[in-house]
Amino acid sequence: MRRLSWFNATSLTLGFAFLYIPMLVVIIYSFNESRLVTVWSGFSTKWYGELLRNEAFLDAAWVTLQVGFFSSLLATVLGTMGAYVLVRGGRFYGRTLFSGMMYAPLVMPEVITGLSLLLLFISINLDRGIVTIVLAHATFSMCYVSVVVSSRLVSFDRSVEEAALDLGCTPFEAFRLVTLPIIAPAVISGWLLALTLSLDDLVIASFVAGPSATTLPIKVFSSIRLGVSPEINALSTILIVIVTIGTITASLSTKRALVRKQRAERMAEQSA
Amino acid sequence: MNLRRTSLIAVPYFWLGCLFLIPFLIVFKISLSDAALSIPPYTPKLELSEGWAGVRDMFSQFDFENFEFLATDDLYWKSYLSSVQIALISTFMCLLVGFPMAYGMARAPQVWQPTLMLMVILPFWTSFLIRVYSLIGILSQEGMLNQFLTWIGVISEPLTILNTNIAVYIGIVYTYLPFMILPIYATLIKLDGSLLEAAEDLGCSRTEAFWRITVPLSKAGIIAGCFLVFIPALGEFVIPSLLGGSETLMIGKVLYEEFFSNRDWPVASAVAVILLLILIVPIVLYQRNEQRLIEAEQ
Repeated sequence: MRRLSWFNATSLTLGFAFLYIPMLVVIIYSFNESRLVTVWSGFSTKWYGELLRNEAFLDAAWVTLQVGFFSSLLATVLGTMGAYVLVRGGRFYGRTLFSGMMYAPLVMPEVITGLSLLLLFISINLDRGIVTIVLAHATFSMCYVSVVVSSRLVSFDRSVEEAALDLGCTPFEAFRLVTLPIIAPAVISGWLLALTLSLDDLVIASFVAGPSATTLPIKVFSSIRLGVSPEINALSTILIVIVTIGTITASLSTKRALVRKQRAERMAEQSA
Repeated sequence: MNLRRTSLIAVPYFWLGCLFLIPFLIVFKISLSDAALSIPPYTPKLELSEGWAGVRDMFSQFDFENFEFLATDDLYWKSYLSSVQIALISTFMCLLVGFPMAYGMARAPQVWQPTLMLMVILPFWTSFLIRVYSLIGILSQEGMLNQFLTWIGVISEPLTILNTNIAVYIGIVYTYLPFMILPIYATLIKLDGSLLEAAEDLGCSRTEAFWRITVPLSKAGIIAGCFLVFIPALGEFVIPSLLGGSETLMIGKVLYEEFFSNRDWPVASAVAVILLLILIVPIVLYQRNEQRLIEAEQ
């Protein structure tokens, strides 16, 4: 077994310390009794209680969940369609413009996306609120879904699809019975990415959200501006814990699927 | 060409046309308009009720006044330049931190690799805003970093880091580090170890072998990582507004304030148009690098 050199071990340790210490400090201080965020005065979970009684935060969290749910669903459907058109669609009129529009939002600064969508909503007199945030989030996250799904579409064996067509499937049946099950893992990770992007977004939401809808990031941003607070520490801890559990579960389940696949392949080889 | 295929193409096409292309054309149109005290606060507006004459009338009132204003007012010049400067410096710092980490990961024992990978990806899934927030507590006057440095006796007076450009650099490196590590790691893991052994057999020292073999062969990953950090850093808004101070000029922040505080929509739109023009160069270069990577793999 290879062993890490002294230099490699140091750079990894320092690097991961840099990535994780700030978040650990937030977690530790969320259990601090005192309102002062730099002095430790004893263990307490009271800030979690305060947070759960804070109506403004709860309302904002509810808005965020609604937006995340609808926008990630829309983004997954549209992004998968877009990826399919780009990879399997062949030639059609305006293809270059289409692929440009699929990729541009990935590199577009958020301030510009937010500004341009707000100007659109104002010019068509659409009331700003949950609907406009959903439209905005679905638009930029469908491009991320499309990248994830199209990388899977490019890599899989096309002859399976053709076999289904030869055996009498309609193109739609072939997509539903053959293509979709194969690309399903990519569609799911695309959906998770779209959901995360939506729950996380501050800049675009603060452009297109009207006074009637405040998302959690907008609320957090306005209270962070006033400084560090124990409630925000508690909220951050909850979010960090959710993300950590989710990421570890996802990586364990892909690992298990890989092991199962390898075992199946070995068995197939032996029986052949 | 059947109906189903047409509608499959048409739905995402129509969606992006309405919610990406048209909004951008509106920004471009307003950047050529004049500010006015009305709702919405600019003129001319498109009078569709007047038909063709209304369209012609609108075009005749367009001018480049806002762009001339951006060119003469040095606030905008300075913010574009300082955005580029801040993004460049932080990208370089990110490379200095990220490369050794990616190298260490690629060199680590096989069984550790999935865990190390997970540790890099985890912060990427964690809320961006919360990660920036966690730095505020570390970098402030009475924060952890100052307490630690005073405790080990390096400094006697607390340093002012928060609300300066240094905090912005640290913030960008901290939040975008996974984007730098992952592409570099992906090229380093594919590197054939026998090349390094061959170099050593032929009399290269290890440092020499590193510079003459490892670095050139991971060049594509380094370039990709740098662009993945530089492009979003250039238009960054959250980091300069939370970690930066009054001296921190970044164009994302200027645009936001121009729009919300000054309510000058035409100037904000012109700022956005110029920012995009600046971004086109790195984006095209990045695309070309990606293209070369794909061709090299085939």
